[in-house]
Amino acid sequence: MRIHLSSVFVDDQAKALSFYTDVLGFVKKNDVPLGEDRWLTVASSDDPDGTELLLEPSGHPAVQPFKDALVADGIPATAFLVDDVRAEFDRLRGLGVRFTQEPLEMGPVVTAVLDDTCGNLIQIAQYK
Amino acid sequence: MAEELFKALADRTRRRILDELVERDGQTLFELCGRLLAKYEVGLTRQAVSQHLAVLEAAGLVRSRREGRYKFHELNTEPLELIVTRWLRPEAPENTP
Repeated sequence: MRIHLSSVFVDDQAKALSFYTDVLGFVKKNDVPLGEDRWLTVASSDDPDGTELLLEPSGHPAVQPFKDALVADGIPATAFLVDDVRAEFDRLRGLGVRFTQEPLEMGPVVTAVLDDTCGNLIQIAQYK
Repeated sequence: MAEELFKALADRTRRRILDELVERDGQTLFELCGRLLAKYEVGLTRQAVSQHLAVLEAAGLVRSRREGRYKFHELNTEPLELIVTRWLRPEAPENTP
C-alpha cells in the first residue's frame, strides 16, 4: 500500500492553486469541475506522477474552527520535503511568504513552518 | 505575585521554555514543543506544554501575543527584577516581604 493522495482544506481553491503552483512550485494534476467546487490536485514537479495533494474546499462547518485552532498554535496541516530548508525559506520569504517558524534544527531534521494563505500552516522539512 | 513567580521558576521544563524564548523570542506552541523534544528529549503533549505556558503567563514571565491568526509567546523578564533586587538592593522601596 502506498500513499496516493493527501489533502489540505483550502479557503479558496483558485487562490490555493496559484499559491501551490506559482509560489511553492507544484504542478497541477487534476482539475475536475464539481458544481461550485473542483476536484483539484497538484503534484511535485520533480515527480508529477507521484503522490497527489488534493486542494479540498473548506466549506464543511467543522473545518474552519479546526483550522483556526491549529493555526493559532502553529501546528502544520501537512509537511513537504525539500533539499534545503534554509534556501527555500530565503526564496519563499523573498516572495512575501509568511513563516511562523524560522528554520530550526531538530536532531536529524531541519524544519520551518509557513502560511499557505488559504488557512493552513505547512511545514517544510529536510533530512540532513 | 512573588509566590507565583517562584512556583513558575521551580519547574525545570518551565525554565527550559524560558531558555528557548531567550534564544528566539516569539514562538508558537508548536515550535516550543519541537524545541523541548529536540534539545532536551522532553516529549510532553501539547496540552502539557500549554499548561506550563499558562503558569509562566500567570507569573508574568511570558506574554502571548495574537498576530492575525497566529499566537506567539514572548518572554517578559520584568518580574525577575523584583525578586533579584529584593536581596541585592533591599533598600529599594518597591520590595515587599
